[in-house]
Amino acid sequence: MMTVEELRKIKEETLKHMESKLYKLDKEKIGQKATNRHVLICGGPGCYSSNVEEIKERFVEKIAEKGLENVEVSISGCFGLCESGPNIEIYPDGTFYSRIKIEDVDEIVEKHLCQNEIVERLLNEDAKKEDKILPVHQVDFYKKQEKIALRNCGIIDYNSIEEYIALDGYHALAKVLTEMDRGEVIEVMKKSNLRGRGGAGFPTGRKWETAYKYEADKKYVICNADEGDPGAFMDRSILEGDPHSVLEGMAICGYAVGSDQGYIYIRAEYPVAVKRLRTAIKQAREKGLLGKNILGTGFNFDIELRLGAGAFVCGEGTALMESIEGRRGMPRPKVERTAHKGLWGKPTIINNVETFANVAPIILKGADWFRSIGTEDSPGTKVFALGGKVKNTGLVEVPMGTTLREIIFDIGGGTVGGKKFKAVQTGGPSGGCIPEEFLDTPVDFASLSKIGSIMGSGGMIVLDESDCMVDIARFFLDFTVDESCGKCVPCREGTKRMLEILERITEGEGTPEDLDRLESLAEIITSSSLCGLGQTAANPVVSTLKYFREEYEAHVYEKRCPAGSCQALLQYFITDKCIGCTKCARNCPVSAISGKVKEKHVIDTETCIKCGACMEACPVGAIIKK
Amino acid sequence: MANVTITIDSKKVTVPSGTFIIEAAKEVGIEIPALCYDPNLEVVGACRLCLVEVEGSRKLQTACSTKVWDGMVVHTRSERVVKARKEILQLLLDNHPNDCLTCQKAGECLLQKYAYEYDVKFREHDGDRRPALVDTSSPYILKDDSKCILCGKCVRTCAQVADRQVLTFANRGFNTRIVADIDLSLEESSCVSCNRCVTVCPVGALLDKRLMGKGRPWEFEIKEVKCKVCEYGCDFEVLSRNGKNVAVRAKAPSNGRPLCLKGRLTTEFIYLDEPYTPYKKENGEFKETTWKEALGLDNIIEKLLDKEEISTGVEYNG
Repeated sequence: MMTVEELRKIKEETLKHMESKLYKLDKEKIGQKATNRHVLICGGPGCYSSNVEEIKERFVEKIAEKGLENVEVSISGCFGLCESGPNIEIYPDGTFYSRIKIEDVDEIVEKHLCQNEIVERLLNEDAKKEDKILPVHQVDFYKKQEKIALRNCGIIDYNSIEEYIALDGYHALAKVLTEMDRGEVIEVMKKSNLRGRGGAGFPTGRKWETAYKYEADKKYVICNADEGDPGAFMDRSILEGDPHSVLEGMAICGYAVGSDQGYIYIRAEYPVAVKRLRTAIKQAREKGLLGKNILGTGFNFDIELRLGAGAFVCGEGTALMESIEGRRGMPRPKVERTAHKGLWGKPTIINNVETFANVAPIILKGADWFRSIGTEDSPGTKVFALGGKVKNTGLVEVPMGTTLREIIFDIGGGTVGGKKFKAVQTGGPSGGCIPEEFLDTPVDFASLSKIGSIMGSGGMIVLDESDCMVDIARFFLDFTVDESCGKCVPCREGTKRMLEILERITEGEGTPEDLDRLESLAEIITSSSLCGLGQTAANPVVSTLKYFREEYEAHVYEKRCPAGSCQALLQYFITDKCIGCTKCARNCPVSAISGKVKEKHVIDTETCIKCGACMEACPVGAIIKK
Repeated sequence: MANVTITIDSKKVTVPSGTFIIEAAKEVGIEIPALCYDPNLEVVGACRLCLVEVEGSRKLQTACSTKVWDGMVVHTRSERVVKARKEILQLLLDNHPNDCLTCQKAGECLLQKYAYEYDVKFREHDGDRRPALVDTSSPYILKDDSKCILCGKCVRTCAQVADRQVLTFANRGFNTRIVADIDLSLEESSCVSCNRCVTVCPVGALLDKRLMGKGRPWEFEIKEVKCKVCEYGCDFEVLSRNGKNVAVRAKAPSNGRPLCLKGRLTTEFIYLDEPYTPYKKENGEFKETTWKEALGLDNIIEKLLDKEEISTGVEYNG
């Protein structure tokens, strides 16, 4: 069993070995001398799958070969900039290398580590501005970010509980156990106004208080790690990069509400996260930070994993509990609050990964500190998974209230290939599409819902002019139809009918009545579905109908897809650029092209099967589709 | 428990706190439509037909799962409520075969009843429908998946008897189906033909096969009888048509009564003018059997006959 004193000792000991990479936290120090140097390799989901383990091995070998001393190499959690991975940072200088392959390692060691010469060709493209080499924190992608939930991701070694402890890990747990009574913890959480990061934004402190006040012989704490929005991976990154932050948040919650048992419900499709969590739980138990009599205070709390089979609906609290109980993952009606009667009929607190990751810093730094970040209504930060047609895809943590424009353009670097920005889809399949006119909307719970979208778990998909909004709505609905559990009628039957209509429209067979039917279906599904999945399923359709109705109408009335994306509605044309080489006509498999040599050719659109063979064959780019 | 007074459609009613709206409404004679609700089963809130408007709540609430509170004002037939119910019924009809003319359930079908009440009709459309899977393997139960509305009552009632739990949900979303065990036919499955599921099915998806073609519900005279096989004393109904007892069916499995095939067959044998052939399941196969065997009387009858013969013999010889 460990004491608080020993916890502090571990911190001091470990900090000695971490010196230079800690400069990442203290920007003033970057570039200053340090007793050691650190090669930090990103081990986020994207980079990890690009063989960073091998890259690390090569670094270690090469460094030994060169006889370099005081150079540490470690893989940490996600740096965030997935677009340019695998990423490497070298401290104390904060040099930011990107797209590193195993072949590049030798050069980095020989030049950078041996001769202090930066390998410019491997620098991240944004780490160089007008011949100046920027340290990582000055790169546009990172400049406006502020990290609370991801505070340790990209710094500590996720397999090391000592490094977590070194950065004040488990100190918040020690603080609540030794200095605060349960009511005080609840008060701090309430005052911080930390709102649930899973999507709905319910105030965490109030939720905890409900369970705290309810007498019961057993209470449970559940961490909802069933992240399932297409393209969202913030929870995964936290679990993989800083698993202890979630364990500590859960233990603090357990103390506050009076629970001794926690569960992490995580999808089996996250095998890396599962593995790292298992390691973390084992380490915490060995150190007496989980289990019986934690830190000698008499407080008992343990955590077990429950693997989900990957049903999106199990992210819904009540379905998740059904699943833990060993039943089919279907939501149940909320006859009672889950904070009163949840898992096995006992008071249960269920919070999202990111929510738990915010708990320890709030306890250590106080509610006022937390409230000084973000907005009055939504304090703190939020992690977003930025994806789609944006230059810097990756993971971003910004203070609440940052505008969409700042996230997409300043941090994300705007759209790719000079294409015009069209909309951003937030909140995944439960969210909506936000058009350009609202780009200056601050991102917080209230503002997003006012413009017809939601914060959701934090997916943010950027769409440009080549994306068809009807097709985007169809894509998300296709997902929902697939993931509906089939329990309640509006979701099971209604979303299917909506999808059928959207498919018809994108195939050019939509009718004006279809638009009315979409609206009435959206209304009934939203107002009468059993759970959040159904209640929000129509959002992608409603928001695109609201802001991009003319695109729907173009499909329905003119049988035209303005974005040029719906294959069935495209037509191929030959422009005046045509030189009459006859190549297109010869390549057309259905002989739909006619014309004389050296004269402009014509496509018979009736016969054309839209295979695109002509377009590929044309040597002068005279064939267009619209 | 303390009583609370609530107002439902302008009628005041006092009920114990913790009562669900749907039950409170019954007290003042207001029937709220529901397909998945059964007071004897776990509340699931699946069909969404019992939606009502509760003053002060932005969203419509399901009457089956919302508890009353003092001063609550409920509207069960407001414009908004009726509109929502119509839409839900339309969604169900859009995925239900137009077979009411010959469906055995016609006249007792809740979907039919509510569709009539809310004036919702079948309509043509070219969207997907439930696959027309009909399980005819059992001589006792006909399972027609195309008519199933997935209310899940059958699954819940089957689960109430610990060692049964035969029926379950399979697949998900639009493709959800009710299956027996691991999607076996009723014959291959561990189903014991107790017909609990048949008694709770609100539509024609689970039918008592021995009733089929025996008449329309409105033609029957119904007499309730108690089963005499065991101490549970389950309720059965003897259906007669034109003065002839033509069928026996299980009544709702209320108050922890298991229902069982033996009880139903015994009741059939006692009351029916012309009992039909009994079947017995052996190794996952239904086989025609004798009444003696079906009722488990073969040994007893032989012994009885034997004893009577001996005693008769003694008397005559003596």
